[in-house]
Amino acid sequence: MTGYHAMPSGDRPGIGPPLWLLAELTYRCPLQCPYCSNPLDFAQTEQELTTQEWVKVLRQGREMGAAQLGFSGGEPLVRQDLPELIAEARQLGYYTNLITSGLGLTEAKVNAFRDAGLDHIQVSFQASDPELNNAVAGSRKAFDQKLAMARAVKEAGYPMVLNFVIHRHNIHQMDDIISLCERLGADYVELATCQYYGWAFENREGLMPSRSQLERAEAEVNSYRKRLTASGSAMKLIFVTPDYYEERPKACMNGWGSLFLTVAPDGTALPCHSARLLPIEFPNVRESSLHSIWYDSPGFNHYRGDSWMPEPCRSCDEKDKDFGGCRCQAYLLTGNADNADPVCSKSPHHDRILAARKAADHATAGLEELTYRNADNSRLFFRG
Amino acid sequence: MAVSLKQVPRLRPGFRFQWEPAQNTHVLLYPEGMVRLNDSAGAVLKEVNGQRNVADIVAILEQQFPDAGSLENDVSEFLNDAEQQHWIMLT
Ligand code: SF4
Ligand code: SF4
Repeated sequence: MTGYHAMPSGDRPGIGPPLWLLAELTYRCPLQCPYCSNPLDFAQTEQELTTQEWVKVLRQGREMGAAQLGFSGGEPLVRQDLPELIAEARQLGYYTNLITSGLGLTEAKVNAFRDAGLDHIQVSFQASDPELNNAVAGSRKAFDQKLAMARAVKEAGYPMVLNFVIHRHNIHQMDDIISLCERLGADYVELATCQYYGWAFENREGLMPSRSQLERAEAEVNSYRKRLTASGSAMKLIFVTPDYYEERPKACMNGWGSLFLTVAPDGTALPCHSARLLPIEFPNVRESSLHSIWYDSPGFNHYRGDSWMPEPCRSCDEKDKDFGGCRCQAYLLTGNADNADPVCSKSPHHDRILAARKAADHATAGLEELTYRNADNSRLFFRG
Repeated sequence: MAVSLKQVPRLRPGFRFQWEPAQNTHVLLYPEGMVRLNDSAGAVLKEVNGQRNVADIVAILEQQFPDAGSLENDVSEFLNDAEQQHWIMLT
């Protein structure tokens, strides 16, 4: 849903300011989604930043020009200082977004956050019916709670943004999902097919839809969209399809270190929320100012510009369009983060994508075979 | 679809209009997104407060920009656009 236009210039020639700050307040979460984008070894993470440390980050970010702020996680609601952070953010002039599973939310909190100045709450769902939703989330009471909270959010006067993560086990539900959103009075609906990083990469075979599933879903979404337009509805549908079915990669994060700055729970600053998996050293807000992190750190400068590109990107006339795609995807699929994103049909590693497509045509694994995101499974990853 | 002078525009819930010093421009912020506004769009939205009708806004802008001539068409056209984009509501 990003609507950024021409890039303003920042304090260094060619480097604009970070307009979007994502504050991952914690990796703690009561749910166990098998597509969670948190690192596999999240259970090992060092101490979370304190309230004062977060306040400092927010101030520095705003001074540099950040306008959008996301509070996410994990589940950001587990942070007891959330109202304080929201109030600080609002007072600084951020547009503040809370990205939550809805678990741990109450009507009282929804209202208190609004009074503190929160602009928007996005509630994420796992499916349109309780059974599937709860199976995916690894929690028995999640669905009813989410519905109740979606209603409370609407009631409190926030814009209603509902997010559904789409995968092969719920992609047949598009019509039901959208009509549920319509009944709830949503303003925006994000139908986001999983991106395969973190836990979703581990579980890719069990999550990735087949091409025919995807085509059916796209047709359903398009015909629903037509009906909405015809009836004058303002509800916006955003369908994010998996790049595994594209021939060109996405312009990941709009370019490395160009708009987005993520701060992880332990203060590690990242150009995108999954960059932690790369073999690159990233700075920490406990040790440096956000300004020097953004403009001067080796981590943030690593993939700026295009002098780092090997072939085929180096001599490609599309490199200003997609910046060679996603570094994390290149790393996960080829073992070298400098390579062209294998989604690109010009990549010598494109066969990995073709193999994944083929596997998706024949996959049979049920939901119960996925690796759920929880502390026990996480410990397995950093031990092994 | 013409906008009538009596209609009152207001920002949709969840939209915030503000000046961004770092970008040296007015922006419209909404859930996880931002639109950078050009000067004339910024000037119009600055006067949108949910109370003034279109005629009031036109009068204010004509006073601010006396050399610009009649602004009725420009303002209506922009507000019409803004409504189609679902940034504002007209009542
Ligand atoms: S994706 Fe699921 S498990 Fe991961 S943080 Fe969000 S709600 Fe929790
Ligand atoms: S070769 Fe590289 S720059 Fe060219 S389209 Fe493919 S990924 Fe993009």
